Amino acid sequence: MSPASAGGIAAIERHPLPIALRGERRRLGDSVFGAAVALTGGVVLLVLAAMVVFLVLQGLPAMRHYGFFSSITSQRWAPSEASATLSTPNPYGIVQFIYGTVLTSLIGMVIAVPLAVGAALVITDVAPRRLRRPLSSLVDLLAAVPSVVYGFWGLFALIPAIRPVVDFITSTLGTVPVIGVPFGGPFFGVSYFTAGLVLAIMILPIIAAVCREVFRSTPRNEKEAAVALGATRWEMIRIAVLPRARSGIVGASLIGLGRAVGETIAVTMVIGNAVLHINPSIFDQGATMSSVIANEFTEATEPFHLESLFVVGFWLLIVALVVNMLARVVVRRGVSL
Amino acid sequence: MTALLLVAVALALGALAWVLVYVGIRGFSVISPSFLTHNPPGNPAAPGGGFFNGIAGSLIVVGIATGIAVPLGVGAAIYVVEYGRGRLRGAIRFFNDVLIGIPTIVTGAFVYAVWVTRFGFSGFAGSIALAVVMLPLVARTTEEMLRLVPTELREGSLALGATRSQTVLRICLPTALPGIITGGMLAVARAMGETAPLLLTVLGNDLFTQLNPLHRMETLSLQIFSNAVTGYEQAQARGWAGALTLIAIVLILTAVARFFGRRVQVENV
Amino acid sequence: MGDRSTGRSWFSVMLPAIPVLAVGLSACGSGAGSSGVPSATPSPLCAGVNTPPGHTNGVASVSGGASSLSGAGGTFVAPMMSIWSAAYNTSDHVQVAYQSVGSGAGIAQVQAATVDFGESDAFMTDSDIAKAKGPVVQTPLVQAPVVVAYNLPEITSGLHFDGETVGKIFAGQITTWNDPAIKKLNPNVNVPNLPIAVVHRSDGSGTTFIFSDFLTKESPTWVSALGGKDKSVGKTIAWPVGIGGKGNEGVSAAVGQNSGGIGYLELSYAVAQNLTYADVKNKAGSFIQPCVKTAANATAGITDYPPDLRIDVVDVSTDADAYPITGLTWALVYQKQTDAAKAAALVNFFNYVLTKGQDVAATADYTPLGADLQKLCVGQLRKITLNGTPVAA
Repeated sequence: MSPASAGGIAAIERHPLPIALRGERRRLGDSVFGAAVALTGGVVLLVLAAMVVFLVLQGLPAMRHYGFFSSITSQRWAPSEASATLSTPNPYGIVQFIYGTVLTSLIGMVIAVPLAVGAALVITDVAPRRLRRPLSSLVDLLAAVPSVVYGFWGLFALIPAIRPVVDFITSTLGTVPVIGVPFGGPFFGVSYFTAGLVLAIMILPIIAAVCREVFRSTPRNEKEAAVALGATRWEMIRIAVLPRARSGIVGASLIGLGRAVGETIAVTMVIGNAVLHINPSIFDQGATMSSVIANEFTEATEPFHLESLFVVGFWLLIVALVVNMLARVVVRRGVSL
Repeated sequence: MTALLLVAVALALGALAWVLVYVGIRGFSVISPSFLTHNPPGNPAAPGGGFFNGIAGSLIVVGIATGIAVPLGVGAAIYVVEYGRGRLRGAIRFFNDVLIGIPTIVTGAFVYAVWVTRFGFSGFAGSIALAVVMLPLVARTTEEMLRLVPTELREGSLALGATRSQTVLRICLPTALPGIITGGMLAVARAMGETAPLLLTVLGNDLFTQLNPLHRMETLSLQIFSNAVTGYEQAQARGWAGALTLIAIVLILTAVARFFGRRVQVENV
Repeated sequence: MGDRSTGRSWFSVMLPAIPVLAVGLSACGSGAGSSGVPSATPSPLCAGVNTPPGHTNGVASVSGGASSLSGAGGTFVAPMMSIWSAAYNTSDHVQVAYQSVGSGAGIAQVQAATVDFGESDAFMTDSDIAKAKGPVVQTPLVQAPVVVAYNLPEITSGLHFDGETVGKIFAGQITTWNDPAIKKLNPNVNVPNLPIAVVHRSDGSGTTFIFSDFLTKESPTWVSALGGKDKSVGKTIAWPVGIGGKGNEGVSAAVGQNSGGIGYLELSYAVAQNLTYADVKNKAGSFIQPCVKTAANATAGITDYPPDLRIDVVDVSTDADAYPITGLTWALVYQKQTDAAKAAALVNFFNYVLTKGQDVAATADYTPLGADLQKLCVGQLRKITLNGTPVAA
């Protein structure tokens, strides 16, 4: 059954229409329905395209003034040094923001995805039946907590709790000559690492909730067949649950990653907002592309300041595009195996 | 392996419980029936008052946004999974994923430039912004759930002579319904908690109740934000109580959605 | 089978542990809200009750005003605006909805005419007004001091600082608390040997504008470290060192959580968060504690106000008891109104703010306008016209 289902999914990938549908008889209601969903698909595309166009148009004056690639070749963001006439050097360099986005999202995903998948597996297959609904609800409603609340929790609950641990790391591992550089101190509470942790907690419920649904949709007979053949619980999960769920897990992770990359308020409260250059240690202050947009958007009055924030948004879109393309490659490789 | 899984879930649930308990401790002293029925006092340092205008406003703004985003998102997902072919389908899926990662403040700026500059700040503009935030989430999760419906079910239905639309409406959607509801409620939860896009589209109305979505309204998320970032302890305590209220509202909405979803499923499958 | 029951019993053991752990961790963490240090003992200049100014020179009430107004602007004045709004609604039944989105955003909304009035800590320049849809009347509403707060648990009195020393600290050239420059200003205080953790604002802010304006006027080191006077003042600064906190609460949290932290905040915030702050040297040479009274003195003695009231009052007054880092905050209203109801409501509301509203300012640790300035501000209201004729009598 399981390979057939995987083959079925692969069939959808290669042949979008099930065989039975080719040359079918079409009734009016069917055509109307088909047209309606096609229309909604079109609306979605339209909205997305409009937003991309909007971003590009808003950022265009800065790109024209400073040069298209100039913002990604500099790591110094200093709006107070901008002038309406001077075009080099570009005071709106964003390399440090790209670094911050990648680093904090990476920390967040590395922590959140395994925990979320594990939690989802426990909720669907391991936990006693009575506990499944309350645990599911706990996970679900944490997706509703506003970012500002996570920001405050990060500032006043998380930082004091991790300070002793981080101080220990910076004073031991951080003092080692070469490999200790990413772990060096001093630790002021706000840092890339803190932001990564806060992001992990924020995206955990989303990934767990989607994975839970994915695991729950495993056909019961497959699970029972595996157990009947003598599999332990873990083997049953590995044989019957996980293979079908690979694409779903990647999808859930991408949704979580999207939230992590686009998160503004919580990150800016705990990352320290150092915009002038990349700082080497994960316990140093930094900034992400989203956090700088949120921080400076409402007060962007310098020449080309607001336009450059839209340029940051544009490059954020590019980063998201690259990540999604990579994820697609991963899924396609997995399915064909 | 079981031990590893249990450690993972203990860490995950422990951290989530930590956040909840923290919010609970900070806001507990302020939660009371009057919190739900009164507006904030003018002086942020004054105790008492509540977030009635924010609660009402959130329900209205998010309600309208859900009414826009869910049909569009589910429709787009149905198109991508059941009907689409080739390029268009791939384009929709791809752009949809990219849109999930856009910072919501950019969405707010987009709606500001397109709508607010022409029609002014209003609850409805906020609904549009939230709908744009919710749409890719609903579309993505619905798509995932529809793809997990076994092909055998579809083929069986078609073999019995049903049309494609009947297959989708009677077989695929009900089978995937619990997952679609989860996706929808995740999107609603996200929308209830969003602040940045609402700052640029609704602008907020902290002290007064306004139920007409064509005017400036207050939402719970905006109210939590503005109260939490003042220096006054009373205002901050109200902010935390507001966060508890928001979580409770989402919990109730999710339970209601699940209840009706189960009834639909029982009737159809 | 054995696997199942092991899993279940593990579970029922671990589950109760989770909430207990969570409560424990929360109890540890929630105590770190403020620095927990009592504020500096009030200096004689600040002691005593702040008498309300009791202005009665407002314009006559205009009839036919709208029942609601929409405004947006800086966060600096937001708590004050909230108090005014609520009181005005009770007395005059007009709902003034104000949202703090930042001074820059306030100006932008005025330029786009999406709000009835704007509010900003930095007045609109000529180029700002050029982008608006017409001439703009600007009137200061209230004054407030920006304090230099620090986290040195053993020191409960206000440390003495002058502009140049503060400038050197924020430029990164003084890096420890027991630096000779600080010791020279505070010979009787035992300053600990801690590194200085500088904290500044990460978001653009009127508070930053006021603070950097002071540093530019008093600290040549600050100006040269930033590369010139055009770069050392502004709502946004390229800070050479330090942690960027988002908003006043971010600065307060960062100062409170790091021993040896120093940052700048508005007074009402520092008081609400129970932070210790410094006595700063003014133009007359005295070290002054920031409070309502000393901030009020900052505009005393200024006589040459420009007719449009666009004046920079930071570090200007030569009054011996003036706190130097004091700024104004402006309301922004279109001069040529077209909607009779809105025009009347605007005039009435700002008339309230400039008269009765000044009486409640001190209760929120904001500073009422000086008498000379307040008179000129009321005069600004008379400039608002409806189809050519002034709205106010």
